[in-house]
Amino acid sequence: MEIIYVYTRKRSEFGRPCSFSDRPAEVNVDIPPDPSMASSFILRNPVDSHVQHTSDMSEHEVNTERAEVESRGVNHVEGGWPKDINPQEVEQTIRFRKKVEKDENYINTIVHLGTLMEHCVKQNNAINIYEEYFEEEEMVEVEDEPPSAKTINVIRDPNVTKRTATHLSWHPDTCKKLAVAYSSLEFQQNMKNMSFDSYIWDLENPNKPELVLRPSSPLVSLEYNPKDSHVLVGGCYNGQMAYWDTRKGGLPVEVSAVEVSHRDPVYGAIWLQSKTGTECFSASTDGQVLWWDIRKLSEPTEMLVLDITRKGLLENALGAVTLEFEPTMPTKFMVGTEQGIVIACNRKAKTPPEKITSTYSGHHGPVYALARNPFYPKIFMTVGDWTARIWSEEIKESSIMWTKYHLSYLTDGCWSTVRPAVFFTTRSDGTLDVWDFLFKQNDPSLSLKVCDEPLSSLRLQDNGCVVGCGSKLGTVTLLEISSGLCTLQRNEKMLATAMFERETKREKILEARHREMRLKERARSEGQESEVEERPVESPQEVLDRARKEFFEVIEAELQRQARAETPTPAWQGTGDGMNRSRDSLTWGRGLGSASAFQVKDRVGEEAAAAARGEESRLPKDKEEEEGEEKDAAKEP
Amino acid sequence: MAEVEETLKRIQAHRGVVATIVVNAEGIPIRTTLDNSTTVQYAGLLHQLTMKARSTVRDIDPQNDLTFLRIRSKKHEIMVAPDKEYLLIVIQNPCE
Repeated sequence: MEIIYVYTRKRSEFGRPCSFSDRPAEVNVDIPPDPSMASSFILRNPVDSHVQHTSDMSEHEVNTERAEVESRGVNHVEGGWPKDINPQEVEQTIRFRKKVEKDENYINTIVHLGTLMEHCVKQNNAINIYEEYFEEEEMVEVEDEPPSAKTINVIRDPNVTKRTATHLSWHPDTCKKLAVAYSSLEFQQNMKNMSFDSYIWDLENPNKPELVLRPSSPLVSLEYNPKDSHVLVGGCYNGQMAYWDTRKGGLPVEVSAVEVSHRDPVYGAIWLQSKTGTECFSASTDGQVLWWDIRKLSEPTEMLVLDITRKGLLENALGAVTLEFEPTMPTKFMVGTEQGIVIACNRKAKTPPEKITSTYSGHHGPVYALARNPFYPKIFMTVGDWTARIWSEEIKESSIMWTKYHLSYLTDGCWSTVRPAVFFTTRSDGTLDVWDFLFKQNDPSLSLKVCDEPLSSLRLQDNGCVVGCGSKLGTVTLLEISSGLCTLQRNEKMLATAMFERETKREKILEARHREMRLKERARSEGQESEVEERPVESPQEVLDRARKEFFEVIEAELQRQARAETPTPAWQGTGDGMNRSRDSLTWGRGLGSASAFQVKDRVGEEAAAAARGEESRLPKDKEEEEGEEKDAAKEP
Repeated sequence: MAEVEETLKRIQAHRGVVATIVVNAEGIPIRTTLDNSTTVQYAGLLHQLTMKARSTVRDIDPQNDLTFLRIRSKKHEIMVAPDKEYLLIVIQNPCE
C-alpha cells in the first residue's frame, strides 16, 4: 500500500506575506521520571569535567591593496642652500660660509667635536682593532655532511617516440648549453616515424631546444669543438660523419661520403688538437678508426684497422665502442672494443702494424667507457660488463683496481675533473654511482636512483659539480653533486698518488710472479731438470732464509694434521681474479706443477704427505717462489 | 675662530687622515678639504645616515643619544661626530 502525501495550495496564495500569530505555550509531552529505571544505572563518581577560561577568539585576515614598489635613486647634488643664495654663484656661497664660520655656536661646537674626533683618530692610529689574530692557524673545516646530489634540471625528449640519449657534450665555454645526441641503439628497432633530430639545449629553457640538428641518420655521438664553440661533429648511425656550425642552422654543413665512411654506427667521435682546429677522428664497431679533416669530409685523411694480430686484416678486427684521447698526449689514443679489450695506439708510428702499441684485456663484455684520469695520465678507467676497472698503462695484464660486480650492467663512466680519486658510473637500472676510491673501495660513496629506465650516457661539466646523465627514454637529468665530492681535500693528491703507485707496484709484483711461474711450467713440461732461478731483487737473503724456515715448519704441521681445508681453487688460469691470485701462487708451489695434482692432494689426505715429501725434495728449486709466497701469506690477513 | 682653524688643522695633520668635512644641519658643507662634488656626496649621505642612527638609538632608549658614528670599510674609516646643528666628518686610513 503506498502512502501518498498530497499537498495543495491555491495559486493565489503563493507569495502572500506571512502572517504570524502568537500562541500561548502548550505542553505537548510530559514524561515524568520513572524511579524504577534508575536501578539500571550506576552513579558516576568522580566525574571528569573540564573547564576552560579563554577569551573567545576568531580569525580574520586583512590584506591591504598591493602597492607597487620601485627602487629609484636620487642624486643629491646641491641642496639645502637658503632660497636667496644661488648655489652656482661662488661668491654667494663663500659669503654664506664665512658668515656661518663667524657664528659663536659654530666655534664652540666644532671645538667640542674636534676633541672627540681627535680621540678616535688617535685610537685608530694606535691599534688596529680589526686585526686578524691567529692567521696562520687555518680552521680545519671537517666536512661532516654526507655526500648528496640534487637534481637541478630534467630535459625530456620532445618527440613522441622516445629515443635513447646516447651522447652528451657540454658547451666548452659557458657550460650552459648541452648538446645531446639521440638515437635508438636497439638493433633494427627504428620505427618509421622516429625522428632523426638531435638537440642543443639551453639550460635556461628546458622545454624547447635551442637548436635542432637534422642529420640524415640519427646521431650516435656528438661533440663540441673545444676550440671553436660553434662547431660540432657528429657520428651517425649509418656510419657517416657530419659537422654543424650553429651559426648556420640545423642542417649539417658537410657530411662524409657514404662509401668511405664507417659501415657501422660511429660510437666515438673526438676532436683532435691541431693548429687548424678542424681535425677529428672516429671509431666504430666495423673495426676501423678513421681520421678526418672536417673541411674535406669526402674522404678520411688516415685509417687504422683495429687488428690486434697486427696484420691489418679487417676480418680480424675488433669493433670499437669507445674512443679516448687526451689533448696533452696528442699522438696516443685508446680504443675500447666490443670484445672487452682496450687497445692503446700511437698515431705517429711508421707502419700500420706498429700503430697498435699494447692491449689490455680484462672485461667480459664491451668496454662502454674509457677515460684517462685528468690528474694522472698513466691511470685510466674502463667501464664494461658489471664492473669499472682502473688500469695503469704500465701493467698490461690486468687492472690495478676494480669495483665489485654489480647486479646490473655499467653503461658509462667518467673521472671527476676536480678530485683525482673520484669517478662516476651509470648503471642500467637507472642508478648513478659516485665513487671515492680514496675513501671507500667496496661501495660507491653516493648511489642515486636517477630514473627507472637504464641510464645510457654520462658527462661531467668542467667545474666538476654538475653532471648530466642521459637515459634510454631520452631524458637528460642534470644533478649537482654536494661540495664534499667536488672540492679538493687536503693531501688528496698526495694520497691518491700514493694509492695508485702502491696498487701498480702490487700488480707489477704479481705480474713478475706469473712470468716466473709460466717459465717454470714451461721448463718443467719440457722435462728439464734445472730450472731457471730468478732472484727477486727486493729483499736481503738472511731475512728470507729465516722466514722460509719458519714457513716450512708451519706447512709441515698443517699437512700432517690434514686439518686445514684449503679452499679449492679451480684449475689455475692465466688471468684469475686478483684476489685469489696470491693464494694460487701459494698452492702452486706446493702442488706438483699442475692443477690436477693439487686437486687430488686436496681430496685425499694421504697424498698430502706424499706431496709434502715431494715438496721437500723440491726445496732448493722452489726456494724463490716460497719467498714470495711468504710475503703474500704475511700480507694476506 | 682661530681655535676652529687650529682644531681642524690638527685633525688633518694626524697620520692617515684623508679628509675633514664640516656640514651644517641642512647638509651644506661649511669647511672641506675635498673637492666639491665628493664633499656634497658625503655630506648628503652621511647626514641622512646620522639622522637614522640617532633616531634608532633614541627609539631603543629615549634617554640615550648618539655620540659618535664610525663606519669601517675596506678602504678607510669614516668617522662622524654629530651635533644638533653641525656634523664633523673625518675620513681616515686606519694603519695596519
